[in-house]
Amino acid sequence: MKIDRRSFLGLGLGAAAGIAVSPVGVKLTDDSSIWTQNWPWTPVPEDGEISYENSVCSLCPGSCGISVRKIKNRPVKIEGLDEYPVNDGGICLHGIAGLQYLYDPARVKSPMRKNGDRFEPISWDEAISLVSGKLADVRDSGAPHTLGLISGGAGGSVTALFKRFLDAFGSPNVYAMPSLEDNLSLTAATLHGAGNTIGFDLENADLVLSFGAGLIEGWGSPMACFKANSARRDRHAKLYQIEPRLSNTAANADRWIPIKPGTEADLALGLCAVLLKKNLFTPGEFFGGFNRFAAVVQKEYAPEKVEAVTGVKAADIEKLAVAFAKAKMPVAVPGKGRGDHGQNLKEFAAVQTLNALAGRLNKEGGAFVMNPDSYLAFPEASMDDAAEAGAGQEKSVGSVNELVDTLNASAKPVLNALFVYNANPCYTLRDTKRVKEAFKKVPFVVSFSSFMDETAMASDVILPASTFLERLEDVPTGGGLAKTVVGLTRPMVNPIFDTKNPGDALILLAQAMGGTIAESCAWDTYDECLEEVAGDIWDALSEDGYAVVSEGAPMGTPGTDFSFLASNPASVQAGGNGDLLLVPIDNIRLAGTAPASTPFAVKTVSDRVLSGTDIVVEINPETAKGLKDCGYAVLITSQGKARVKVNFNEGIMPGVIGMVKGLGHTFDNPYVAGKGVNVNDLIGPVIEPGSGMDAAFGIKATLSKA
Amino acid sequence: MSEIENKTENGSMDGAGECAAGEPKDDKGLGLGVIFFLGAFLICFLSGWLLFPKLLYSKHEQPFNFDHKLHTEEAGDCESCHFFREDGTFSGIPDLASCMECHTDEPMGDTEDEAIFAEEYVAKEKEVPWFVYSRQPDCVYFSHAAHMMGENAKGKMDCKTCHGPIGESTTSRPYEENRLTGYSRDIWGKNIWGIKKNSWDRMKMDDCADCHVEMDGHKGYCFQCHK
Repeated sequence: MKIDRRSFLGLGLGAAAGIAVSPVGVKLTDDSSIWTQNWPWTPVPEDGEISYENSVCSLCPGSCGISVRKIKNRPVKIEGLDEYPVNDGGICLHGIAGLQYLYDPARVKSPMRKNGDRFEPISWDEAISLVSGKLADVRDSGAPHTLGLISGGAGGSVTALFKRFLDAFGSPNVYAMPSLEDNLSLTAATLHGAGNTIGFDLENADLVLSFGAGLIEGWGSPMACFKANSARRDRHAKLYQIEPRLSNTAANADRWIPIKPGTEADLALGLCAVLLKKNLFTPGEFFGGFNRFAAVVQKEYAPEKVEAVTGVKAADIEKLAVAFAKAKMPVAVPGKGRGDHGQNLKEFAAVQTLNALAGRLNKEGGAFVMNPDSYLAFPEASMDDAAEAGAGQEKSVGSVNELVDTLNASAKPVLNALFVYNANPCYTLRDTKRVKEAFKKVPFVVSFSSFMDETAMASDVILPASTFLERLEDVPTGGGLAKTVVGLTRPMVNPIFDTKNPGDALILLAQAMGGTIAESCAWDTYDECLEEVAGDIWDALSEDGYAVVSEGAPMGTPGTDFSFLASNPASVQAGGNGDLLLVPIDNIRLAGTAPASTPFAVKTVSDRVLSGTDIVVEINPETAKGLKDCGYAVLITSQGKARVKVNFNEGIMPGVIGMVKGLGHTFDNPYVAGKGVNVNDLIGPVIEPGSGMDAAFGIKATLSKA
Repeated sequence: MSEIENKTENGSMDGAGECAAGEPKDDKGLGLGVIFFLGAFLICFLSGWLLFPKLLYSKHEQPFNFDHKLHTEEAGDCESCHFFREDGTFSGIPDLASCMECHTDEPMGDTEDEAIFAEEYVAKEKEVPWFVYSRQPDCVYFSHAAHMMGENAKGKMDCKTCHGPIGESTTSRPYEENRLTGYSRDIWGKNIWGIKKNSWDRMKMDDCADCHVEMDGHKGYCFQCHK
């Protein structure tokens, strides 16, 4: 017997046949197909009991009610809360994506101390004793007023607690980041008396004359504006959008009135002039030189003159003024884009004066001059001598932009210590290099940021804040809403990392400082503090999740002081040099201030805004000499230069370059940072005399082929 | 002269004669081939049938033995522990909190298993990491409510139809996991050929479809379950 080739053939065939008729083939075929449908590295969320909890989003001043869907107590989805008085079920993409902030790669996971160029984690005990030690040194040196605070977001008890801490410490140096709320408060203070703010009843107005307000670009309380705008057609109301660019709001409006950037105030005063000339205004309690104002505007802002400045035809100005005066419930709305940065008081005051002249103050569908009576009732603070001395002092300067300039200009430190809460000035303020330099001039900067953003990186100690999904806080609405609703943000999940509510961090600091500072913050926890200071509305807050503090048109008609506008303040001009004008664009998909956008939000941006990692600027093909659509170009301003891609857009006025805000972050988050450029790097501030507002609506620039 | 040269010189006829003479030899070779074929066939067939399942599945013992019979006697029907939540979702395997509605950190009986439960899980407030025999993959959406809480007979199936008489078991059998797919063996069924005798022997898509065809006359659409 010989084993030959055929034997092997038999062996092979036998094995193949044996396997073929065994279950191996059919089973492995089935299993391998299943395997490809269930890659082992695909995360599978845990299953469990589903629950819903209500809270309030505090990512922007909109303060929308949210319903958080949880599975096994883990938040998995954020939805708008039905019947909430601000958003009634609506929610924006930042709110929907809010869960991503919990797990953001840039989150500060524990207190940090800067050691050289690097941060090292420390414990809360170490951090509190380090900061309180430094603050004690500042206070003991006899200069308590050299502790400063830069905060974003206007209201709420946490900001109030920060101010209280500084009061008890002995410093008046509290600065807020530019915001629509502050701009409106300043306008109200200028025209109607201090302590007021302005709300616009967009829900009921039948003609909204928007001076560039991005009503669907994130202006004010975004969801409330979205809702009011969507209901417009049903109400047969009109929206006229005055803006240099065909924004989403302009495209959605009944009429788009293109205007040269930065001349909105001139148009508003031109409209006032027509109303006065044609006697179409409603007399009211006008004082502070109304006649002088009437004379000045009719002389300086006659339609022909305004046409030359704004580019809007004189005949159109007249027609527009008449349409505004003859409408039943018109309202004029100021605040280009989101109405926060690059605004000027002249424009805000001029637009509000239009409301006053049309008799639209405190009328349904008009502009409400509201007294945002603080619902917060803090007990009297304990003040020692140093605190009393500080309380008597003036702030070093008026606004945060002026503070930055003063810090840079002074050889001696103007501030010895600085708190930064809920703000990212090193990214958001114009000419970020200048801001970063100013931060270096402050010997000790404490950041209360949740994320290692540009400002946290420029600080010495970080006391990380829990995000809005991890903490309790009261959040009042702001930003031009015609009602005041205070919502309660509730913890939806225990802090994921070793973070604290900034209110708690501040109470710990105060207790470590001892003395009257500790007495002024004598609560065991911030939650206790809130319950006490929310006073009358605490029951409503804790039971319903919100309290409506004011609603509907306020009683009476407030007086209007014309002294500011009667002096005919100069219009702010764009700085720099070049034949084009670079203006920032607010895009609903990108957050322009703190916190930075989520990875989800960045992914939703069109490739006509962000192409790969290149930012795309808009320009009218008429002025794009030598440039190619979708081609590269170099954008140069007096502040810097950037390589950009070009998008030909006939919806932007010739001579204007539009660049989106909210890109070009430089912190450690691969999904958000390193994409595009920060428009604030390219624009320098132009401070409006008097108001201290950074009024730079743009900067002159050149754009040439790369 | 070599053999090859001889062959060449003798011409093709000789070669043909030799070839014919060689046939009985070849028969032997074929016979051996057949033996090899049959041997290999048998070995591979038996391995595929008997050894392959042992290699394909890994066995895990449950954290401790669970006596369903005892619990149904004490607590009532299946739904006492495997209940529907208020919103209609199915609770599945009870969590520790559900167990603690009856149990305490003191064992109620004197079995070793309950001692493990009390010491390792109740005392440490740790969830019991049960292996779930009937766990469907994440790509399958299955609503217990739709099958059990419906208004007509079709929607009022009993647990046993799919899960078998597990309520009568006194011990927990080992959990077998498919090494390739990570699925429980119960999905394909114990029988490696995929043959089923009872409705609860397999839980694959075709088994769902069989029942749906029988009940609804249609096996259903993809997105009814693969959402």
